[in-house]
Amino acid sequence: MILVIAALAADGEPLIRWDWIGDHTEELGQLSVHHLKLALVPVVLGLIISIPVGVLCARWPAVYPPALTGANILYSVPTLALFMLFIPYTGLFSDWTLMLPLTLFTLSVLVPNVVDGMRSVPEPVRQAATAMGFGTLRRLVRVELPIAVPVVIAGARVATVASISLVSVGILIGNGGLGQLFIDGYARDFPTPIVVGSVLIIALAIAADGLLVAAQRLLTPWARARGRTT
Amino acid sequence: MITFENVTKRYADGTVAVDDLSLEIPTGRITVLVGPSGCGKTTTLRMINRMVDPTSGTIAIDGKDITGSDPPTLRRGIGYVIQHAGLFPHRTIIDNIATVPYLLGWDKKKARARARELMDRVGLDAKMAKRYPFQLSGGQQQRVGVARALAADPPIMLMDEPFSAVDPVVRTGLQDEFLRLQSELHKTIVFVTHDIDEAVKLGHLIAVFQVGGTLAQVATPEELLAKPAEGFVTEFFGGERGFKRLRYTKKLYSDDSAEAAEAAEAAAEAG
Repeated sequence: MILVIAALAADGEPLIRWDWIGDHTEELGQLSVHHLKLALVPVVLGLIISIPVGVLCARWPAVYPPALTGANILYSVPTLALFMLFIPYTGLFSDWTLMLPLTLFTLSVLVPNVVDGMRSVPEPVRQAATAMGFGTLRRLVRVELPIAVPVVIAGARVATVASISLVSVGILIGNGGLGQLFIDGYARDFPTPIVVGSVLIIALAIAADGLLVAAQRLLTPWARARGRTT
Repeated sequence: MITFENVTKRYADGTVAVDDLSLEIPTGRITVLVGPSGCGKTTTLRMINRMVDPTSGTIAIDGKDITGSDPPTLRRGIGYVIQHAGLFPHRTIIDNIATVPYLLGWDKKKARARARELMDRVGLDAKMAKRYPFQLSGGQQQRVGVARALAADPPIMLMDEPFSAVDPVVRTGLQDEFLRLQSELHKTIVFVTHDIDEAVKLGHLIAVFQVGGTLAQVATPEELLAKPAEGFVTEFFGGERGFKRLRYTKKLYSDDSAEAAEAAEAAAEAG
């Protein structure tokens, strides 16, 4: 990317034309919103899948190694190849062609984090909950999952940032949010969109990460001191 | 009364934790199960609220076999206190204490009012209500643990080394307050410890367990100190010297409480 920008800039074209940004704010806004949708829906779906899977893996440790291997194999498939695998099922221009593969990618981060989160529940706490008269399901929902939240959110942060960055690869199959700007800039020997696209993607990632940190502070006031000491 | 009748617990790997145990735990009294680690005392305790189910034999509470009861329902009627308090880190002190009332479906206001009453009872400052467990010292957490176990006013309390993880000074304070509390509440308490001093200080009845999950002796502290069973019990209590020391501390402690009682009486008369 830097090489491309440097090569383009060498032609005498300035690295960035500020007036272009002014002329394209509406388009940039739309692309950013679409980019966020493409990146965040997979994280939400990933959580919906990995919470039950992680809970099962934590309860029956024998399930965990095969589940983790499965998630990691999915992660090792090149992003683009996985996008292409989905084209026949979801269609070339559908958002799902991007969002479903990205969902699968989030699993390799989220499943281990849910498992670690469940394991972060101290054994005396689990026993006390049982002895107080919580049934298995109620104990899971009221005690174990809430205590797992900080570790799960830590995983969601990694998955979110990775997902926001990976969406731009989708442009190679014609749908990649802000990745569109890279193609435009490259095709026209015009570095401004490339620089703007990169900056926006980084900004989105930082903003999303910040929101998750804020959400965690709000959701788990009890974990603040623990986070400081460990 | 809690009755164990020929109760055996054998784990899948063949280990026998409790071997043909028969024991009667009197109502309204503190019964201490004492013994070295691996003697089956904690397993015995956990069979009372069905955290562990026996392999054979029967356990009855007031004559009613507990095998037929639904475990969560049974447990809501039995207080439980453990070594590291096991407080819920994500809940405030007041909500930790109100746990069982919430489970029993009390409305929030009533449950919290009850929790405040218990905070006062176990000597916790009311301003701690909204704090989280990590903001409390070990001794304070243990008080919360006791308050939480008492919240729904269960007739039975199971306590598994509740004071072992705090330093000796705090422990002595907690033990004294525990005895004071019990003198008001008259719960049926089953108390597990490996500490003989604690057993002699707190127990109305002491059941000495030995490795292999059998009972070596069941007696009041006075009987135990006067006529310890030969062999294991004598050895576990530290031989003749250990007994001398225990008799001495027991006497000191009795004098203490006698003095305290006299002082209280005097105060009552004066007032």
